[in-house]
Amino acid sequence: MSQLVFYLFAVLAVASSVLMITRKNPVYSAMFLVLTLFSLAAIYVLLNAHFLAALQVVVYAGAIMVLFLFVIMLLNLGHDVEPDVRPLIAWVFGGGLGLVLLAEVVVALRSTEAVADIDLLSVWFQEKGAVAGVAEPLFRTQLVAVEVAGLLLLVAMVGAVVLAKRKS
Amino acid sequence: MTMLEESLALSGVLFSVGVVGVLMRRNAIVMFMSIELMLNAVNLSFVALSRNVGIEGQLFVMFVMTVAAAEAAIGLAIIISIFRHYESVDIRKFRLLRW
Repeated sequence: MSQLVFYLFAVLAVASSVLMITRKNPVYSAMFLVLTLFSLAAIYVLLNAHFLAALQVVVYAGAIMVLFLFVIMLLNLGHDVEPDVRPLIAWVFGGGLGLVLLAEVVVALRSTEAVADIDLLSVWFQEKGAVAGVAEPLFRTQLVAVEVAGLLLLVAMVGAVVLAKRKS
Repeated sequence: MTMLEESLALSGVLFSVGVVGVLMRRNAIVMFMSIELMLNAVNLSFVALSRNVGIEGQLFVMFVMTVAAAEAAIGLAIIISIFRHYESVDIRKFRLLRW
């Protein structure tokens, strides 16, 4: 059953990502990116990452996509779109490069031996809970990294304000 | 049944689609969305491997999300200020450092 759901959302994610890079109108691209991110959130649930699934919906499908749509609408790019997809020769090169990359992944996957079918996380989350299971190691072992990430967000916020401010 | 191989394969496919999107489009915003897609593909492989390795994979995903949020804010601010200058987000028009 869960395998079936996984394949459903995997097909949805791949299809909507392909549609995302082929639509001319950037608003449609943004909408298909939302669909991709939502199906990835569903896959996170199947992979025992419930908190990250919620975070994915809130941060990516919520905040970042609103930012993208806001910029598209602010710059008025939604209508009279000029075709910006590169010509056929570039498709041959770019698609070929993508296929080479894909073949590399396939070779790397095939050459590693199968790992034992272990599932550490379901036991871990059962005894800690979905949020505390992530938060406790985050604030115990990665505390410095959390502080640095907070500082990074502050710097990014100040930088975005400075960059987008109109020069008087 | 951990679905590790399927998840890694999906992650590879999504990453390749993101690379092709960056190479194929000339609209700076769509190229930016493709970069977000690549970050998400990497996140998926982290989550899939964390079932075999431990909770650290999911912690990494949080930091990747933080960096992605910061990157989106800064990148879109750069795109806005470029648009003010060139009146376009088409990368063919940005030729200050190109011959």
